[in-house]
Amino acid sequence: MPTYQIKVNGESRSVDVAEDTPVLWVLRDHLDLVGTKYGCGIGQCGACTVHVDGTAMRSCSLTLSQIDGKSITTIEGLSEDGTHPVQEAWKEVDVPQCGYCQAGQIMTASAFLENNPNPSEEDVNNAMHGNICRCSSYSRIRKAVMIASENMD
Amino acid sequence: MSTNKSTTLSRRAFIRNSSLAGGGMVIGFNLLQSCKPKVIAEPAIDLASLDYSDFNAFIKIADNGAVTIFSPNPEIGQGVKTSMPMIIAEELDVAWKDVYVEQGILDTENYQRQVAGGSQSIRFGWDALRQTGAKAKHMLVSAAATRWGVDPSECTVSEGVITNAAGETLGYGDVVNEAALLEIPEEVPLKEPKDYKIMGKNASNVDINKIVTGEPLFGLDYKADGMVYAAVVRPPSFGQKLVSFDDTDARAMSGVLDVVTIGEKVRSLLEEDAGFGSKISSSDKVVVIAESTWQAMKAKEAIKAVWEEDSKVESTEEHDKILNDLLDGNEFNTMRSDGNIKKAFAEADEILERTYESPFLPHNCMEPMNFFANVTDEKVHLVGPIQTPAWKAGLVSKMLGREEKDIHLEMTRMGGGFGRRLYGDFVIEAAEISDKIRKPVKVVYSREDDMEDGIYRMAIKYRIKAGFKDGKVTAYHLKEAAVNDNMYGLIPNFFPAGAVENYQVDAASYDSNITTGAWRAPYTNFLAYAEQSFFDELAEVMDVDKIQLRLDLLQNVKGTTDERIQYSPERMEEVIKVAVEKSGWGTKPKNVYQGFVNYYCHNSHVAQVADVEIENGEPVVKKITCVVDCGIVVNPLGALNQIEGGVIDGVGHSMYGELQFKDGRPTANNFDKYRLIRMKEAPLVETHFIQNELSPTGLGEPTLPPAGGAIANAFKAATGNRLYKQPFTKTPELLKVPEKEIIG
Repeated sequence: MPTYQIKVNGESRSVDVAEDTPVLWVLRDHLDLVGTKYGCGIGQCGACTVHVDGTAMRSCSLTLSQIDGKSITTIEGLSEDGTHPVQEAWKEVDVPQCGYCQAGQIMTASAFLENNPNPSEEDVNNAMHGNICRCSSYSRIRKAVMIASENMD
Repeated sequence: MSTNKSTTLSRRAFIRNSSLAGGGMVIGFNLLQSCKPKVIAEPAIDLASLDYSDFNAFIKIADNGAVTIFSPNPEIGQGVKTSMPMIIAEELDVAWKDVYVEQGILDTENYQRQVAGGSQSIRFGWDALRQTGAKAKHMLVSAAATRWGVDPSECTVSEGVITNAAGETLGYGDVVNEAALLEIPEEVPLKEPKDYKIMGKNASNVDINKIVTGEPLFGLDYKADGMVYAAVVRPPSFGQKLVSFDDTDARAMSGVLDVVTIGEKVRSLLEEDAGFGSKISSSDKVVVIAESTWQAMKAKEAIKAVWEEDSKVESTEEHDKILNDLLDGNEFNTMRSDGNIKKAFAEADEILERTYESPFLPHNCMEPMNFFANVTDEKVHLVGPIQTPAWKAGLVSKMLGREEKDIHLEMTRMGGGFGRRLYGDFVIEAAEISDKIRKPVKVVYSREDDMEDGIYRMAIKYRIKAGFKDGKVTAYHLKEAAVNDNMYGLIPNFFPAGAVENYQVDAASYDSNITTGAWRAPYTNFLAYAEQSFFDELAEVMDVDKIQLRLDLLQNVKGTTDERIQYSPERMEEVIKVAVEKSGWGTKPKNVYQGFVNYYCHNSHVAQVADVEIENGEPVVKKITCVVDCGIVVNPLGALNQIEGGVIDGVGHSMYGELQFKDGRPTANNFDKYRLIRMKEAPLVETHFIQNELSPTGLGEPTLPPAGGAIANAFKAATGNRLYKQPFTKTPELLKVPEKEIIG
């Protein structure tokens, strides 16, 4: 199997995987970064969202060649100690029920707020519409994103 | 006062563990009276028989005073890992911030009813959890009093520090070693609700930091040395079994370690345990074993399998006809009958009869089904997300012919349950696979597997008929036609049972080979909408006020001596009145259309009002006002989350949820074809609790069922159209406002 060098959370990592292995499974099975979740495998639910050069993308639908030379950030690397404004807002609002989709929600929200620091509720609704929460914690996600927007640098 | 009143240590389990780092010990309270529980295979949920009186929990106090509370029940997102330890901590009298919570393992010797289901964890744990905390506190105080040579009654406790009359203090950690040697008191006084310091205050989810930083928590995150991954090829259609397969291509793929078949052991289990038979296929299955998840999933697609029908493959179209025939027929099991409905209908001024239809639903937990098993000569190690660990451990023990004591099951946090993880067919599969390959293995479902190999909410139809005379409802007849199973025995005693003199509930079912089971708020998740939609229409036909009709009916139940009646008319009346007030019922501007419901299930009383507005000619659900009487609220922050989630889940599935079958196979198997509610469609939920000091009742389920009725009634107000079929988007023509009626 070919060896790939990928940059994850600021570190260069080397993995031996088949070329078609989605980035999601490289992260989870080969790099032990299991915070990024498998939900649907077809880019429909958002549980596997990571940042690729700061843009939120579905890691289940990303190939290694698509991230060549790019920098990946996962939930584990969003902040050193869980204090990114979005993570802080998630804690303040106590968003999760089961919690499974929340890493993806947080990654979508944090990338969105980087580019839209002063969103309206409607902007938030649109930005978060692609991430499914089966427990329907949507009210709290909305609230937490709005709170986080006030605390983004 | 004696420090060791009336104790029989011999019949009380007592656990000391002196090997704790830093000293201290585990105090275990086995509240079990006489019989040792056994791991036995039993149906997952029998709501009528749930009994928590012999519940047990663990408290670990180190000699540095650190307190660990083991949360006994599985956590599926309902918040019990936070709220159950809060109850213990309250009576133990420690500061919540000083408590560390750990998930207890399956331990049938020392815990009881380790089940997540039926919204019953808090309700049944309530007395035992409080006693557990209070007894530990009693022993700690006794130990301190003995050391001081004073009477325990002279001591007070605050946040884990014991103070005597002279003002001397000892921490729990200082006396834990002596306390653990004391006999466990029979029963100790509990706090008054007014003295609660932890309960009733907001507490964050105990796993919040781990969740927001992506630490391993869930079954799918679990790894063990040497673990391999398994993807299972199951019959594509219900009613099929494996004939043969070609694994040549799969075996040639990278990372593939083996291809095996399973099924033999499941079949032997099914012969012994017919109860589980309807929940798992007896066909042989082909299992791809690989080094990674992706390799296993990919190689699974390369298996060329041949299947044959061993029973009829079914379709939604057929089910539809079968259920209609059942409703039209006479093959019913009468579940409750009061008075004489036949006579009452004959004498009625007018009769209203309506039929309501619902589809199959998959659970769609965000974390697809998975489980870890490692079968060795020494033991069977099982790890993963399961709502019924004891039931599954019992089945695995039986299937593999292993001693119950050799089955070691650890529960992980679950990425949703909703009833799907009651069944644990995936646990059985994982155990059979590991037994065969003798390796630690994780069975992983793809999303497609998860949706196609479900244990679904079954399709049901209800036909409701009511007769009225002189402005009073005189007869009520509810008929249920369902695939596989009928409503459980408590439901016929829900509202409006007891309120209508001539009342009957009849049920009929059709046996299908499609696996079905509990789905969040079984039966009521659809029945509430049907009945509450019916009441809305009945009030219109009777030309009476919709709220007054309900309140009048409730008057008939007050003072009832019928012990079968499940709900309280007084508590129902109160939630109705508060909902009317808080929702601004009848006082909204003209462009806001409201729908009202009240419902009782899982021991809680709920009323909801949906506010709908017209946008682009279509009704849009803007807000649901939800009033809940669930007794004492242990953790308001968690309770609100359950309520908001339940309401939006109810709205979502009423609007969009549907799984159809063709040739025995679901026509959707992923989220591109199966619609779940998303952010933009999620209404605002405004919750009001009824404040009282009654024991807590269910909360994970009871706010879901009424939501569909609330929006259906509001849609009627907005569009003039009644909705008789779920999901509501199935009849888009009924979700349009006539052009001339659009306001604003």
